Amino acid sequence: MGTLAYDIAHVLGGAMLLCSFLLLSQRRLGALIWLLAAQGVLLAMAAGWQGYTQGATHLYVSAAIALLAKGIGIPWALHVAIRRIGDAEADAGLRAMPALLLGGAMVALAILVALPVSTGSRVLTREDLAIALSILLLGLLMMCTRRHALAQAAGLLSMENALMLAAVGAAGMPLVVEISAAGLVLVVAALAGLFGMRMREHVATLDTGVLDTHRGDPR
Amino acid sequence: MWAVLIPALGAAMLPLLPRYAAALNIAISAATMAAVLALATQPFPTEGWLRADALNLPLVLVAGIVGLATAVFSAHGRLAHSRQYHAAFQGFCAANMLALLSDNLGLMWVAIEAATLASVVMVASPRTTAALEAAWKFFILCGVGIALALFGTIVLQMAVPAAGLSFAALRAGAASADAGLLNLAFILLLVGYGTKSGLVPLHNWLPDAHAEGPVPITAVLSGLLLTTAMHGVLRAKAVVGANPGTVPPGTFLLVLGVATLLLAAFTLWRRRDARRFFAWSSIKHMGLAAIAFGLGGPAGNLAGLIHLLGHALVKSAVFIGLGAAITLKGSQRIADIGGLVASHPALGWGLGLAVLGAAGLPPFMLFASEFLLVTSAGRQNPWLLAPLLLGLLVGAAALVRVAQRLCLGPATPDAPGAAPPGLLVLLPLWGLLLVALLGTLAMPATIAEMLRAAAEVPL
Repeated sequence: MGTLAYDIAHVLGGAMLLCSFLLLSQRRLGALIWLLAAQGVLLAMAAGWQGYTQGATHLYVSAAIALLAKGIGIPWALHVAIRRIGDAEADAGLRAMPALLLGGAMVALAILVALPVSTGSRVLTREDLAIALSILLLGLLMMCTRRHALAQAAGLLSMENALMLAAVGAAGMPLVVEISAAGLVLVVAALAGLFGMRMREHVATLDTGVLDTHRGDPR
Repeated sequence: MWAVLIPALGAAMLPLLPRYAAALNIAISAATMAAVLALATQPFPTEGWLRADALNLPLVLVAGIVGLATAVFSAHGRLAHSRQYHAAFQGFCAANMLALLSDNLGLMWVAIEAATLASVVMVASPRTTAALEAAWKFFILCGVGIALALFGTIVLQMAVPAAGLSFAALRAGAASADAGLLNLAFILLLVGYGTKSGLVPLHNWLPDAHAEGPVPITAVLSGLLLTTAMHGVLRAKAVVGANPGTVPPGTFLLVLGVATLLLAAFTLWRRRDARRFFAWSSIKHMGLAAIAFGLGGPAGNLAGLIHLLGHALVKSAVFIGLGAAITLKGSQRIADIGGLVASHPALGWGLGLAVLGAAGLPPFMLFASEFLLVTSAGRQNPWLLAPLLLGLLVGAAALVRVAQRLCLGPATPDAPGAAPPGLLVLLPLWGLLLVALLGTLAMPATIAEMLRAAAEVPL
């Protein structure tokens, strides 16, 4: 593998990381969904590129799944769903500046953890790991700081994107296609649960803050 | 492997036959139990994706027993005709068996994810707002947990690329792998599967899910899901521990276990809702099991394994008895359930004995495991005795107090129109108690032999 292979893999991973940063404090739901779609397409390209450099044809299947589901299917379904619900804006969670600072701290943490960890491993493994871990932590941060259920699900989806990026980068990983399908089921189930009629029927909003008052054993 | 296939086929078949769902559910669980028993008589295979060994076979046996008992109990009460519930129940059992038996971390992850989805469906099935809140919290926290576990799995694959994620190959390859990657993988897997087994930093989905879902589901959540997740942690520990250069994985388990035990033991005193109370008691027992496996060595592992088995049996019995009592009294507040021995002696004594068993009093299995745990802690790590004994005593005292309140004293009035508990409740309740009793007093020699072999499995 030449340096070009590394470079392209890193550009794609870096672009996914950039999407995660933009997701972090995006208020408008429409833009949130576009960003998710962009991240999904980038993931598909990264998977396809890994399939090409590793000569592993099954990764093309993963790439196709990512493109069809995360690049096209899920964003389209979300657009239809929010148009029906009529929510256009969510809470921002954190303001832009603290969100960027915290996000930067997460990336620094990921690099600190991943780089010394793998001094013996191949360069690609190490830096792929750092990028994927960063995206994962940013997704986690998003799930912690946002209250709107769609934003939480977006955090889960970008965490899942990070997992797939790591999985396609790990040479010889068995069951990649199966695991990416299973991960997709998880995300789709989250979204289905969200937009399933029950949540609307009972609380008529996607702000999970409302749910906090509905718990047994009040203090 | 029929133990997985039978419940999986059952889950697909149940929605087609809604009228006989409850009876069919019991029949499928009985067939699964037969498959598990057949599995136990065969020698361990050395190849294949699904593989029984000394560590997972006892867990599979107990999963069969608890599944059957809960299926019988599910025919009692108002869920008896919900095909969504019964199909999700069998789907859960199939995924749980697959997770226990698979010899591949990737397959195990897929199975645990499927089990999570099935249990989310079951928790949400009463369709109240509180159940939705519980299901959503369960889903989000466990979604994060299993995402982290998958990342840990991928990092293990990066560390030992040639193994193809099979446990035996991973163990063999781990000795020469990069220690830093193995450490990272273990932490991710511990936090990930630890979330599902209720260890401390990410435990707070558990009381909600236990309190708000349908009554029978609590028994399988507590008895099976927590145990299976802990089994995943053990497999990861076995792999990472094979490399002398890593931070000893037992240390992490010890720290999380002690924190879990102490938090749960003190929280138990403040609970007024009976199902939340026993959910916290499950968290406490998972903490104890984590301490036992963290100590490691044959004695520690044996204590941990007996503790997992005993907890699955006794706690399922508690939740079955408690579920019947809740249906009877129409409330799940501890204060509203009282004097069961006076009004319904068979149920009252059964529930009382089960709660005392969960408190770790003799003659049930948890007494044996806690005794073994305390003695081996005293031998290997005397400083550990202080928090361990404190947690054990505070927790046990809380359970004894609740046992008194639930079972003794004057009876509280029954809800109007509630039918007295029949065989569908008493049979599984007393059956589980009997098995937990046999586990200490008259364990069959083959099972004792198997447990000893499991404790020797290097963990």
